[in-house]
Amino acid sequence: MSERVFMKGAEALAEAVIRSGCRFFYGYPITPQNETPEYFARKLPLVGGLYLQAESEVAAINMVYGTACAGKRVFTSTSSPGFSLMQEGISYIACSNVPVVVANVVRGGPGLGGISPAQSDYFQATKGGGHGDYKVVVIAPSSVQEIVDLVPKAFEIADKYRTVVELLLDGVLGQMMEAVEFNYDIDPNSLPEKPWALTGAKGRKKNTIVSFNLDPEKLEQMNLELKKKYDEIEKNEKMWEEYKLIDAEYIFVAYGTVGRIIKTVVDEEREKGIKVGLFRPITLWPFPYEELRKFVDQAKFFINVEMSLGQMLEDTRLSILDRKPTFFYGRTGGVVPTTVEIKEFFEKKMKEVG
Amino acid sequence: MEVKTIYKYPDSLEKKVTHYCPGCHHGIIHKLIAELIDEMNLLEKTIIVWPIGCSVLGYEYFKVDSCVAAHGRAPAMATGIKRANPENFVLSYQGDGDLASIGMAEIVHAAARGEKITVVFINNTNYGMTGGQMAPTTLIGQKTTTSPYGRDPKVSGYPIKVAELLSNLEGAAYIARAAVNKPTRITQAKKFLKKAFNAQLKEIGFSLVEFLSACPVQWHMTPLKALERIENELIPYYPLGEFKVKEGVE
Ligand SMILES: Cc1ncc(C[n+]2csc(CCOP(=O)(O)OP(=O)(O)O)c2C)c(N)n1
Repeated sequence: MSERVFMKGAEALAEAVIRSGCRFFYGYPITPQNETPEYFARKLPLVGGLYLQAESEVAAINMVYGTACAGKRVFTSTSSPGFSLMQEGISYIACSNVPVVVANVVRGGPGLGGISPAQSDYFQATKGGGHGDYKVVVIAPSSVQEIVDLVPKAFEIADKYRTVVELLLDGVLGQMMEAVEFNYDIDPNSLPEKPWALTGAKGRKKNTIVSFNLDPEKLEQMNLELKKKYDEIEKNEKMWEEYKLIDAEYIFVAYGTVGRIIKTVVDEEREKGIKVGLFRPITLWPFPYEELRKFVDQAKFFINVEMSLGQMLEDTRLSILDRKPTFFYGRTGGVVPTTVEIKEFFEKKMKEVG
Repeated sequence: MEVKTIYKYPDSLEKKVTHYCPGCHHGIIHKLIAELIDEMNLLEKTIIVWPIGCSVLGYEYFKVDSCVAAHGRAPAMATGIKRANPENFVLSYQGDGDLASIGMAEIVHAAARGEKITVVFINNTNYGMTGGQMAPTTLIGQKTTTSPYGRDPKVSGYPIKVAELLSNLEGAAYIARAAVNKPTRITQAKKFLKKAFNAQLKEIGFSLVEFLSACPVQWHMTPLKALERIENELIPYYPLGEFKVKEGVE
């Protein structure tokens, strides 16, 4: 049954997690995502779930790890400095092949940085973060409705591949209020059994979950198994949006909140008769390289806009193999770029390239 | 003639040779845990969280569900397991570097929350696995590879008495310290451990038994000398006994 409600992004995120059949949340407060844990604290006890405030992000992610090992859907959310602390746990979880969904509501960094929205954790999210040869599925919605739609998908991917899925948001998405529709409500008891989970060796052989192998040949084998899984994910799980690209000569590449801002830029430039469009990756890993590459021939140039000093830009350039010029416009430290400044930059580049 | 079994190989232990050094006490302590799992009929509901340290391979020796936590994080991981399935019996097994150094926050908060888990804490006054470095529990004057002139409190502070520290926390239901350097002590240790198990099974709260444990190789001693060191050096600083017994624990 679907219902339309007016909700803040941070709360819609929590509601979507609960409706995805997840009943366990562990976390530690940090701005700008506190409305998410606060929502869980209010709502989870009412549906027989658990909100537990950990003593640190380090502890929180290890509680998440434990509950995932025990075979339950589990979630945590935090913001940049907190996410850095969770990297230890995420590396262990990735190696242990247990499904976990986490959210990083990115704020300006490095260090303590600030509390305003940013996209400067792109490298950390997509290129590692913790130690070792592992990958995390990174999903970046750009509206509150998209958060609502992608959260159950995140849990599905996590369960299907027994892997870590990260929702990469920014403070704008957390604070924005929009009318959203929920058309799902999954009963946690209806989820498939996890025969590998630690539940007590009753009527079966013991289960063991470890993230190490002291024999280098065997550890290499473990890494190759992980790689196989990541190859499968790359093949099956890429998501992206193409906006007015069919005849576009100028192609914006942007994700999350910026993706949304660029749609306005595209619409306004189109009104002037300029053939411009937007390619918006929704999964940042796996990145839709080939899908973006398809537009190389028709494009005069690509223009990347981010709330960082240019991180996704590297993946854009890998996609198009530098066969066309790429330009970059970014604001960082928690500044959100405006349509006016983006248009100004774009029009200047258009004149330069011709 | 009626035959009564008074000593046997525990059913919950795998028939395997362990990797532990000669004279190390992990083996005896594993056996005590296994005997209690058998006697209390816990095999099918037990989950053990192993630490980073010499006992990282402990899961190979028990027929129960197991996992290995990141260094020091076993109490957090055990929390996540127990909260997910409260009907399970959850043990965390940790060394002194693991529990009292990198994992100090996790153990204190698990105890403060009164997590219904049981912790077996192995205090061998050094970091066995990484080659015998100084631990938070290393005694004053004790030589290790990173306190080559003996632990100096002016530089490294004082050894932490974990059992005493945790017994101050309201959430702790049962806290004791034991040793296994003599047969009588082994009997006492098993009694303590049983009470710790019961504190969890009766849902009273957090329980922990600290074991003073021999590490002959890193102490550069024969196994027999190591037993004497426990008696003459460790027990005077780390007294044995029960530090917290909440009502209802037996
Ligand atoms: C984050 C991290 N830091 C350091 C280590 C290296 N390390 C492995 S075992 C260990 C010490 C373990 O000592 P203890 O807990 O006393 O257990 P024991 O080996 O004596 O049984 C250390 C420091 C690690 N594995 N992970």
